[in-house]
Amino acid sequence: MRIIPAADVIEAVATMCMESNVELPADVWAKFRECAAREESPSAKEIFRQLLENADLAKETRLPLCQDTGLAVLFVDLGEDCRVEGGLRAAINEGVRKGYKDGYLRKSACDPFTRKNTGDNTPAIIHIDLVPGDKLKIFFMAKGGGSENMSRVTFLSPAQGWPGIKDFVVRRVAEAGPNPCPPTVIGVGIGGNAELSAIIAKKALMRSLDDVHPDPDIAAKEKELLDAINELGIGPMGLGGKTTSLGVKIAVAPCHLASLPLAVNVQCHSSRHREVIL
Amino acid sequence: MSTTYKLTTPLTDEDVCKLVIGDVVLLTGTIYTARDAAHKRLVESLDKGETLPFDLKGALIYYVGPTPAPPGRPIGAAGPTTSYRMDSYAPRLHSLGLKATIGKGKRSDEVKAALTAHKAVYFGATGGAGALLSQCIKAARVIAYEDLGPEAIRELTVVDFPLLVINDATGGELYVKPKLDM
Repeated sequence: MRIIPAADVIEAVATMCMESNVELPADVWAKFRECAAREESPSAKEIFRQLLENADLAKETRLPLCQDTGLAVLFVDLGEDCRVEGGLRAAINEGVRKGYKDGYLRKSACDPFTRKNTGDNTPAIIHIDLVPGDKLKIFFMAKGGGSENMSRVTFLSPAQGWPGIKDFVVRRVAEAGPNPCPPTVIGVGIGGNAELSAIIAKKALMRSLDDVHPDPDIAAKEKELLDAINELGIGPMGLGGKTTSLGVKIAVAPCHLASLPLAVNVQCHSSRHREVIL
Repeated sequence: MSTTYKLTTPLTDEDVCKLVIGDVVLLTGTIYTARDAAHKRLVESLDKGETLPFDLKGALIYYVGPTPAPPGRPIGAAGPTTSYRMDSYAPRLHSLGLKATIGKGKRSDEVKAALTAHKAVYFGATGGAGALLSQCIKAARVIAYEDLGPEAIRELTVVDFPLLVINDATGGELYVKPKLDM
């Protein structure tokens, strides 16, 4: 059994919290440039110009890209032949506490009834999977409230199939309009059940924007959805344009004979995420 | 064709009524931050007949909860939050003299009607450009509800803060309608 020192986890998580909030991921940076070049509308071009300038400035000054530095969402693949000294969950929360304090990041976690801020952005939202091996892989996402509020879970009838799925996702993006900071990234969870569809939709957002799904049928469906979404013409910040979303990422899981669960997780344009292997 | 105006606070009826959707405003002066929890308290204060922490006449409210100020800066990242959550509060504040709100995203029909009735506007600032917008904020101080942390009301001194007219006082709206039968 490999023992991973808690300090290694704390440091790695704190670093991801800080880095993801000040440095736009390389895949997003590249996608902004690619989409900006395709836009013809002056307002769309101007928004991309501002977002690229914002990214340059954040990197240089270490000011966060956005004031909503998010709830900390982590997906953890824990090797069955390793364990974290003092406990994995405690170490991750300590890392989040440290990252949000040392990075001058906003603490956004609060009680749902009293709305009282917990003060240190914990507890983080942590999903742990056990996997073979002795490595610890941690994916981190800073998830803002404005985009998360536009997310939905629904249950279609199996008869509705792919046309029903496509219709629901495109309508969701249309109804969200300018609210979630388009151009968004859309995570789609198809199958599973109420909680699994939502979890895989969120986890799908951890994939790089330039990643092509290994299943050619799913890859084609991602493209079909992205094209349909971009036909909406909502554009950057809702001001019109060809780029309403930067990417669509689908994840699939088997489901009950009676169900077709569907989750849509909406992510803002900056899609702040990082990963580390310990 | 959109026009760019340089305006200073407080805003007057004349300032507001010349603005049409798509116009750019570079705003200089004093604005106040308030989001969800602060709005709840402002309205509770009004219900109790108390004086508000700032004068609403000609004022602008910026829907923002900034990140903590790092050493040597007046404020951290400070871009707009989504505005619809403040829709239930905005008409009452407009009726008391609030001239503009700054945020991102759609407003309700009630808010749009209040803009027309009380000669006010809704400005958009670029969402997710918190580091960039922060550069136009020269000073910040908490003036009320300090216990709310990032949601406390702050008085901000801004210079050439870039705003886009999303909803004007004549009922116009800049946001594009999605090409979909909704």
